[in-house]
Order: sequence, then structure tokens, then C-alpha cells
Amino acid sequence: MPPASKHNQTKVRKNVPSKKFPIATDFKTLGPFLALVALFIIGIFVNEAFLSSGNLTNILARSSFIGIVAIGATFVITAGGIDLSVGSMAAFISGCMILIMNSLMDSIDSLVLLIILAIIASAFIGAAAGLINGLLTTKAKIEAFIVTLGTMGIYRSLITYMADGGTLSLNFTVGDVYSEVYYGVLLGLPYPVWVFFIVAIVGYVLLNKTVFGRHCFAIGSNEKVALYSAIHVDRVKTLTYVLQGVCVSIATIIYVPRLGSASGQTGILWELEAIAAVIIGGTMLKGGYGRIWGTVVGALILTLIGNILNLTDAISNYLNGAVQGIIVIAAVYLQRGAWQKRPS
Amino acid sequence: MSPWYYNIGDFVIPSDDKRRGLDLTETRVSSSDIIKRRVGLLARFTEFMSEPQPSSPLLSAHALCKSFGDVQVLHNINLSVQRGQVLALLGENGAGKSTLVKLLGGYEQPSSGSLKIAELEGSELQTVTDWDHRSAESHGVVLIHQELNLAEQLSATENIFLGNELKRGVFLDQARMQELAQGYLKTLDCDVDPTQPINELPVSVKQMIEIAKAYAKNSRVLILDEPTAVLTAKESEVLFRLIDKLKAEGAAIVYISHKLEEIERIADRVVILRDGELVGDYDAKELSKDDMARLMVGRELTNFFPATPAPSPASEVVLEVIDGQVPGVIFNASFELRAGEILGFAGLVGSGRTALMEAIVGLRSFSPSTKIRLRGKEIRFSNLAAARDAGLAYLTKDRKECGLLLNMNLPINFSLLSLHRFSNGLIDQRKENTEFLAAVETFDIRAKDLNINAGNLSGGNQQKLLLAKTMAAEPSLIIIDEPTRGIDIGTKSQIYHFISELAKQGHAIIVVSSDMMEVIGVSHRVAVMCRGHLAGVLEGEEIEEHEIMRYATGLKTQSDQGEEKRA
Repeated sequence: MPPASKHNQTKVRKNVPSKKFPIATDFKTLGPFLALVALFIIGIFVNEAFLSSGNLTNILARSSFIGIVAIGATFVITAGGIDLSVGSMAAFISGCMILIMNSLMDSIDSLVLLIILAIIASAFIGAAAGLINGLLTTKAKIEAFIVTLGTMGIYRSLITYMADGGTLSLNFTVGDVYSEVYYGVLLGLPYPVWVFFIVAIVGYVLLNKTVFGRHCFAIGSNEKVALYSAIHVDRVKTLTYVLQGVCVSIATIIYVPRLGSASGQTGILWELEAIAAVIIGGTMLKGGYGRIWGTVVGALILTLIGNILNLTDAISNYLNGAVQGIIVIAAVYLQRGAWQKRPS
Repeated sequence: MSPWYYNIGDFVIPSDDKRRGLDLTETRVSSSDIIKRRVGLLARFTEFMSEPQPSSPLLSAHALCKSFGDVQVLHNINLSVQRGQVLALLGENGAGKSTLVKLLGGYEQPSSGSLKIAELEGSELQTVTDWDHRSAESHGVVLIHQELNLAEQLSATENIFLGNELKRGVFLDQARMQELAQGYLKTLDCDVDPTQPINELPVSVKQMIEIAKAYAKNSRVLILDEPTAVLTAKESEVLFRLIDKLKAEGAAIVYISHKLEEIERIADRVVILRDGELVGDYDAKELSKDDMARLMVGRELTNFFPATPAPSPASEVVLEVIDGQVPGVIFNASFELRAGEILGFAGLVGSGRTALMEAIVGLRSFSPSTKIRLRGKEIRFSNLAAARDAGLAYLTKDRKECGLLLNMNLPINFSLLSLHRFSNGLIDQRKENTEFLAAVETFDIRAKDLNINAGNLSGGNQQKLLLAKTMAAEPSLIIIDEPTRGIDIGTKSQIYHFISELAKQGHAIIVVSSDMMEVIGVSHRVAVMCRGHLAGVLEGEEIEEHEIMRYATGLKTQSDQGEEKRA
């Protein structure tokens, strides 16, 4: 071989890839963080109340529901799937938890034990719901979009039926004890924020540091290559949906004590916000690349927008969804880098 | 003597000077040598500058350079494409052929340098601006990519006229398009219903449709990037006849292929690229296949196929397949494989070789009657992971679709099959990286930057990466399906050496290949498949092209072989 290439090889040694994941640290990575900072600065100018510790903790706590759901969605989307059922699933799990607690209240003396029981049930229902989505996608070979569109309708209708078209309310005695989970504070931060933080760290490690996470990337990138690389494609894909179900259940566990009720309106459009948070965070919708910290930032951005609109008179709060929609579309446009080169 | 011209850009000199300048028997050329020689040549060129040009160029490139990031892949390319001429671009993988034709076809923009095109037949060359593939096509310059660009759900007709639909008023003129498409396909001997969606069609037919599409655009400069990689010999011949026809009509053809026989068959002029530089421009008649191979690689190809000592009869039988059957695909295949042995699998495309291999490693299911013994123990794999854990590895023939994650980096691809070895709960990325770098060394994976994605490696280096990925799983039995498809001759030889080395280390190896020379060159024994049957296993003297073909085409079967032996 020509000596030239030997030469190149020695040069190469120095900039060898390492702990970093493939896509370079550039605008795509920094974009969401910059947007978050920009929104934060806008918030400061809009209203003095923005910087109050009450408002900031409120933003964090509210982000945690969507954030936790979105972390689950990051896995599903990275592995090339999609789950539209998360909002309905959250409502359904809320309803189940409330029914379980209300009906077992008389037979179990300890309220804490009752709540723990409901939490365990919630985790099981979430995992089972995810398993159903996963198996229908992988074993019955139905597109994830159709499967989860179907289950989205089913859970939404079930919660409406369970609440008889109205609202299911948690018994006040239980609610008083359970409300600690949402309103309690540790080291100045509400519990939901801690839960969010822990789920994010676990999610990050799982996605970036384990075989399971690497397999998610591989499947989302090219399922056939994954299959020929001895990866249990169906198993990994199903697991992402189970993981999504468990994340929904965790979000629900901290959401129920907030309102102490569930209705046909609970969790409406969560799927939209969760997917939006994932996409704003830089995960690729077509699969193959996911970023947990991006998702966390995405969830914060979405909440921040709502919060700023609340604090200003310039734009009606009712337009929150419109602003979020614009941000999502803009985020994807910027990520694609379409503004850099003209279409060919 | 026939006129012999040596062209670099607009310079033309008679052949004698060329001979003195670039010695065909030269065995090793470095880029600095080339530059020195160029300087010498230039001086001689100037003497002949006043001579008129004999044929009219349609498209010419002047000092084209192309860099991707910091990596320069093309250096100062001067080239002119003449009417009525087939120009073959030769070079190893990564030499820059595909990049060069992408520049010509407007799919990539040069970093510097310019392109000139003759607007009309015989008119002056004019420098082009805004050269993208649309304007290229409007000038009649059409590139057919290595990867096909067809809309799978549309019909042949719709694909042929995609973007150039014929209209009557505001409506599509379906009837006329249908009629024309039928005509084009007939010219190409392509017997296909032009109204049928193409997704079900074999890839060779799709390639023909792609060519029909270019033909429909009235291309004056047709650029073909490895068009015959997916064509059978018969289909290739149809293509060559079409090329002859286009040539006679005054079109210019730029042709890339690794198959030197093809170049010999159709090329008028051969341009050689090496490491992104144009190192030679020859009249095709003056070059033999050996010359081409040597010029491409820049060195002598000694022991192209390494000798691998045959395994001793005492060595362990690693794999036994008894009455192998896969419903509908494989009807009868029995064979055994020893440690240290390389067993070739020959046969025509579609004879069931890949299906048999996929069934062995658990990607398909055998019928219940089939028996598989691994080191004497009966075994059956239900998935690839089980086969991998038992020490089997299958290297797919489709490295782009099944082999590598093209949009992921190299270490991730390297460890994907054997990730369990790198993990105790968490992936040990340091170990992953260390082993990857060792594999880069072992398998001589060449990239100017190891941070690139697998898709940006050249074909040969992708194949080496795939081999490294397979070997990372530490298999004892390796099945390699088409080890050298679409890669250059230098890398081919290198891969044969790897295979030989693995056999010497005691690995049992199966090589499935449609390349006859390859099967004959690397194998100890050759099994030949024909329509789902293992027609015969050849040994020693029997391993010879005609004998293999007789089995592959069904002229001879295993029972004949038995009789012959008795006789």
C-alpha cells in the first residue's frame, strides 16, 4: 500500500473515538440548552414573579410528569417505535389507583400500606399495558402507530366509563396522607422533582451505558442489522414499551395526589407533550438516536413556555398549545439542519 | 500503429512520450513520485499543446478537488469525457471514483476546480455554474448510483418518467408514457409489466429500470457506478449492447466497475485513480487485465490467493448437516466441515446457499427431519444469539442492509455482535475501544478519521469492519457469505489472506461465493448447490470451473459423482 495511508493511520490514533456517543457536539446538542436559557431570560424580563422560588419549584414539579413519561418515550422512539397511548394510559392508571384505594380503605387499617398497595398495582398495570402495546407491535406485527392509537382510544374510553362520565375522587382521608407525595419537600425541592431526577439518571445510564440501551439504538437505526447482530429485536422492542408503561405509572403515582381525582379529561394530550419533549431534546423521530438529557430539557422548555404565558398578558394563556406546537416544528426544522443547505 | 493519446485535461501527447513518462511495469508508485513525474510530463506536454484535439469533449473537469471536512478525497483531477467513447474509471475502494462521478453528476459540489460542458454538439466547452443534479440532467448528464434510487411503490412507467412526466393539458398522458416505457424496456430486453409496482421485482430488473430511466432522459453523458454488481452475466451483456448503441449514437459513457473483464469488453479509455489522484489515462486497447490490476493497486499482486494447508484427516469434524431441509427452499443438503478447513459453497444465484447458511445459524428454521451436529452433539439454534454463544458466526453478504449500522460510528458497529463480552451490567467502553483499535490494526481498517460513521467507509473497509465485528464474537466456525462483493482487487486479496490465516488458526470456515475464481482459489473443498439441492462436493483436482458449472446447472448430480468414483 502507498505509504501515504500509513501516515494517516498514525495521525488517527490521537483523535480516536471514546466515551462519546456518535453525533458530534454541535448546534444539535446545544440547541435545546440554548433555547432553555433563552426562555429563562425571557421569563426574567416578563415578570418579576418568574424568579421567585415558588414559581421555579412549580415549573420543576410540573415538568416532572411530562418529563418522566417522555423519558420512557425516549426509549420507545430511539428503538424506532412510537407510543400514542401514554395520556390515556395515565388517566386509566389514575382511575384504577383511586378505585383500589377507595374500595380497600375499609379492609386495610394502615393508610400508608393502602397507598403502597395502590402504587404497586399502578406499576403492574403500567407494565402490563406496555407489554400489550409491545406484543401487539412485535408479535402481531401491527405498526406501533396503529396499536397505540387503538389502545389510546381504549384506555380513554375505559376511564370515562369507570368515572361514569364524571370524575372519580380519591377519599379525603387517604388523599390527605397521599398528598405528601406531591407536596412534600426534600432539601428545598418537591418530591416529584427528585423522582424526575432519579428517573432521568436511571434512564441515562440504561440508554447510554448498558447493552439494552445500545440495542435500542441499533434497532432504531436498522432493524435488520440488529437481527443479524444476534440482538433479540422483538424482546428489546417489547421491553421499551414496558419501560414506557412503567414510566407512565411512575408519573401517575406522583400525579394522583396532586388533584386527588381522575376523569375523562385526565392526561389529555400528554402523548403530544411527551413526544414533543423527546423531539425538542434532539432524539430522532425515525429512531436510532436518543438523548435523555435532551428530553429532560425538552420537558422543561414546554413547561416554561406555559409558565411564561401565564405570567404575561402579551399572549393569551389559551394559546399555550399553539406556541408549543410552533416550538416543536421549529425545533425539528433546526435539527434537520434544513436551513443550512438548500434542498436538492 | 493506432493513434495513442494520453490525455490529462486538454493536454494531448502521442504515446511514445507517454510510455517514457509512465512505465507500465512500475511496481510501486507513491504520490510524490507521481508529482515528480507530472512535472516532467508537463514540460513535454507543452511541446504538443498547439496540436488540435482529435475528438470533441462533452464534459471536462479542471483541477477538481473535493474535501469532506479535513479529509481531501480528490486531488486536482483533470479529465475530459468525449463523445462516442466509453471511459472506465478504475481504482481501489476509497480511491475516489464514486466521489468523482458524484461531482460530474452534480450530486456533490467540488471544493475547488471547475467543470465545463459543451452546450450543443461540437460547441465550445463552457464553464458551468450552479451544477446540481437537476442542471446536470438538463444538460444530459445522468448518473446512475451504486444504490438504486427508485420509488418502490410506483410502477416501472411511473419511475421512468418520475419528475419528467408527460402531460396532455393538466392531466398525465398515461397512454403515451406507457407506450414509451414499454419501448425502452424492450430495448433493454427487460420483460416486465410496466404497470406493476416495482417493489416485488428482483434487484437486477430494478437496475434495468434505472437504466431505462436514464435512457428516457436522452442522456448525452451517462455515468454508471458499478451497474453490473447486481446483474447476471446475461443481463450484463444486454447492458453492454445498450452501451455500444448509445456510444454509436454519440453519447459519452463513464463506467465504474471492479470487474476487469467488463472493462476489457466495453471500455475505450481507462482512467486510473489511486488515493484520490488521477494516476493514469490509457487507451483501453493497450492494457491487459493484469496491467489494470497492477496500476490500480500500485504494486504487484503476488500470491493473490494464499495457500492454506489442508486440515489433517484426524482433525475434528466441527459441523455436520444431515438431510438439511428448509421448506420450499432447501430440499436436500448434507455435508461436514472440519476444523482448519475452508469449505466453499458455489452455485447460481438463488440456488439456496444463503438460505442454508441462515438456517444453520438460526435465522431460518430447518424441517424437523434435519439433523445438525456441532462437534458430534446434536443441536438446533432458534436464533442467532444461540448460534453465536455456541461459537458460530454468520457474515452476511448484504453489508449495507444487514451487516453494518451505516449511521453509527465504528466502535459501536465493531462490538454490536459481541456486546455481552464488553458488559458486566454496564458497557466497558474502555475495553470496547481498546479491542476496536486492536481490530483496526489486525484487519487493516483504513479510515482517515476513526470517528466517522460506518457508512462513510469505503466498501472494502466496510467489509473489513464487518469481518472484525464477526471475529469479535470469537467464533470457532465462521460462515462468510460473499466475502468480497463489490470490493477492489487489493482488498480482496487481503481478505483471502485473513480467511486463510483464520483457517490456519484452526477455525472451521465456510465461504459462500458466486465468484468462481474466489471459490476455487480459497477453498479446500467446494460444495455446489443447485436448486435447493447440494449437488456435489468437489475435492482436489475436481475443483475446476467447468466441473463446478456442471453441478451448478444440474447437468451433474451427486449420484453421477459416486459412479465416476467407482469407475
